[in-house]
Amino acid sequence: MAAQVSVIRTAAETGLSELFDRLKGGLPGDVAVREQALSGFRERGLPHRRVEEFKYFDLRALMREAAPPAGRPGPTELALAFNQASAFADVPAARLTFVNGHLAGELSEISALPAGIEAISLADALASGDPRLAELGAVATAATNPVYQLNTAFLRDGAVIRIPAGLAPAQPLALRFVNTGASAFSTASRVLVLVEEGASVTVLESHEGPDGIGYQPNGVVEFVVGDRAQVKHVRLNAEGSDALALSTLTVKLGAEASFDTLNTVTGSQSARHQVFLMFAGENSRAAVDGVTLLKGSQHADSTLVVDHAVPHCTSRETFKTILDGDAKGVFQGKIIVRPHAQKTDGGMKSDTLLLSDGASMNNKPELEIFADDVVCGHGATCGALDEDLLFYLRSRGLPAREAESLLLQAFVGPPLEALENDAVRDGLVARVEGWLANRA
Amino acid sequence: MIEINNLVVQIEDNRILNGLNLKVADGEVAAIMGPNGSGKSTLSYVIAGRQDYEVLDGEILLDGRNLLEMEPDQRAAAGVFLAFQYPLEIPGVGTMTFLKAALNAQRRARGEPELTTPELIKRVNAAGAKLEINRDFLKRALNVGFSGGEKKRMEILQMALLEPKFCILDETDSGLDIDALRIVSEGVNALRSADRSFLVITHYQRLLNHIVPDTVHVMADGRIVKTGGKELALELEKNGYADYRQPAAASAEAA
Ligand SMILES: Nc1ncnc2c1ncn2[C@@H]1O[C@H](COP(=O)(O)OP(=O)(O)O)[C@@H](O)[C@H]1O
Ligand SMILES: [Mg+2]
Repeated sequence: MAAQVSVIRTAAETGLSELFDRLKGGLPGDVAVREQALSGFRERGLPHRRVEEFKYFDLRALMREAAPPAGRPGPTELALAFNQASAFADVPAARLTFVNGHLAGELSEISALPAGIEAISLADALASGDPRLAELGAVATAATNPVYQLNTAFLRDGAVIRIPAGLAPAQPLALRFVNTGASAFSTASRVLVLVEEGASVTVLESHEGPDGIGYQPNGVVEFVVGDRAQVKHVRLNAEGSDALALSTLTVKLGAEASFDTLNTVTGSQSARHQVFLMFAGENSRAAVDGVTLLKGSQHADSTLVVDHAVPHCTSRETFKTILDGDAKGVFQGKIIVRPHAQKTDGGMKSDTLLLSDGASMNNKPELEIFADDVVCGHGATCGALDEDLLFYLRSRGLPAREAESLLLQAFVGPPLEALENDAVRDGLVARVEGWLANRA
Repeated sequence: MIEINNLVVQIEDNRILNGLNLKVADGEVAAIMGPNGSGKSTLSYVIAGRQDYEVLDGEILLDGRNLLEMEPDQRAAAGVFLAFQYPLEIPGVGTMTFLKAALNAQRRARGEPELTTPELIKRVNAAGAKLEINRDFLKRALNVGFSGGEKKRMEILQMALLEPKFCILDETDSGLDIDALRIVSEGVNALRSADRSFLVITHYQRLLNHIVPDTVHVMADGRIVKTGGKELALELEKNGYADYRQPAAASAEAA
C-alpha cells in the first residue's frame, strides 16, 4: 500500500488555488502558461522557512489569507490614486500610472511619451498575442522562483515598453504604481521594458498605497537590454504600513551595456525585492544597490542573483540598511560565475546599522564561482553607530538626534550620491531626511 | 571662569583622576603639563562630556553652572570647546555641512538666529585663510584623508568659528611641524580675549613658547601636583617629570 502523504494547506494556500480556478477563464493570454507556473505552488504550497531562499522570509507564515485581486479601477479609485501619488513628484518625467496593477491610461501620458517610445498595456498584449511577449522570462534564474511564478499565474496587467535603438530620451520614464482600496486586495502586474541597441534611458519605479490595509502587491519588471544600451533604474517602495509587498526585477544584459539599479525601501510591513540579473554579452557592467530604512515591526528582504554567464563583465552590489525598533532586515546576495566567464569582476557589500536592541539583520552573501581567472569578493558589516563619532559631533554642539541623523545620512550616502539625475537624488535624499526626522 | 573641585573619575574600575582641583579665570591661559598616562586627555574628555567615564565625585563649574549635569551638546552651547588630541575622520559628512550644522545647532540652543549659507561661507573662508587651510579641504568629508597637521588646523578653525568661552587644546602641538605649529599658535593667540579662557594640554614645553601661558599646572597620577607661572614649564623641560612621579614608581626606578 502506497503511503498517503497528506499536505496540510494554509488558508492562504487553499484560497490561492480556489482563486486561480475561479479566475483563470477570464485572465488574458495562454492559460496553459499560467497553469504551468502554478504547478510548483500546487505541489509545494507557499515557500516557507525550510526552503533555503525563504529561510528569512517565510511567505507561508506572512501571507495569512489570499486577498482578492483588485479589479480595474473606476473613476473614484483613479481620483484617489492620483491624489495619493507623491513619489518622484518633483522629477520632470514621462509618467505611466498603474492603479492596483492596471495601467491607467487616464492618468498616464502615453501620448506624451518622448517620440519613438512605445507603450501598450500588458493585458492588451496578452490578449492579442503580441510577439514581443516572447522576450518575457529571459532570465533563467528567475523562472523557477515561486514569487515570480505566482505573478505569472495571476498576472492581470502592466505594460510592454520599447525604447528603440539609439534613442536617448532627455527625461526619465516614471512607472508609478499606486494602490488604493479600503480592504485587503492583491495585485499582479508585470512590465516588460525592451531597451534596444545603443539606447539610453532612466526608468523610475515607485510603489505607494494606503496605510492600515493588508494589501498584497506582486509586481515584476523585466528589462531586456540590448548591446551598448545604458539603463539607470531607480525604485522606491513607499507602500502602506500593512502591505505585504513582493517584487521581482529581472535584467538580461547584452554586450558592452550598462545597468544601474537602486531599490529604496521605507514602506510595507513585509517586503521582498528580488533581483535576477544575467550578463548575456561581454564587456558589460551592472550595479545593484539598495537603501533600506525600517522601523517598528517592519521586515524587508533583498534577494539577488547576479549571473555572470559570459566573460569580461563587472558587477557591484552595495546595500545599506538602517534598522530601528524591532525591524528585521535580510540580505541574500549570490554571484554566480559560470565556467567560461573568465575575467569576471564581482564585488558585493552589505552594511547595516542597528539603532536599537530589538532590531536584527540576516546577511547571506554567497559566491558560486566555476571559472578560475576572476576577481570576486563580498563583505557584510552589522553594528551600532560609532559612539566616538557621535561624541565628536555632539562636542561641537549637535544634539544627539541631529548627530545621529548626520551619520546615518552619510551611511546611506554612497548609493544615493551615485545617482546622476539631480531631481531624483534630491527627492530620495529628502525621503531619507524625512524618515530620520520621524524617528524621534 | 572654570572651576573644577575634587574631581574623581574612573573607567572600568581604574581610578584615573584622583581629586583634581583647578581654576581658570576669564582671559587666563592655563597650561597643563604631565607625563603620558597622567590623565590629561581624560580630564579634557570629562569636561567635554564623553560618556565612557564614571564620575565618582566632584564638580566642574563653568560660570557657576555644573557641566556634569549637561549633555555634551549643551556644554558646547554653553561655551566649552575641546580641540581633540586625535580629531576623528567622518566619512560622508562634508566639512561645510558639518560646520553649518554645528554653528547653527549652537546658535539655536542659545536662541540666536541661524546663519545663512553665504554668511557661513564668508566666515569659514575668512577663518580658513588665517589658518592657511586649502579651500579644497572644505569640500571634502570632514578630516578624511587629512594629515595630522591638517586635522589640527581644522580643529582650530572650528574653535575660531564657534567662538567658545572655554577652550581645551589637547596636545594640539603633537604631529605639527614648525610652520604648522606657528600657524596654529597664531590662530589660538588671535582668539585670546578678556572673557575667553584656555586650557592648553601639552607634554612638551615647545608649544608654550608660541602660546605663552599665564599659569602652568603639573599633573601627575590624576591630580594637579604643582602650580606656577610660565617659568615652571622651562623647569620641567630641564628636569623632566621624575620629581612628580608617584613615590612608589620613582623609588622603583631608583632601585
Ligand atoms: N578608555 C579607556 N579605558 C581604559 N583605560 C583608559 C582609557 N582611556 C584612558 N585610560 C587610562 O587612563 C590613564 C590616563 O590616560 P590619558 O587621560 O589618556 O592620559 P594622558 O592624556 O595624560 O596621556 C592611562 O593609564 C590610560 O591607560
Ligand atoms: Mg593625552
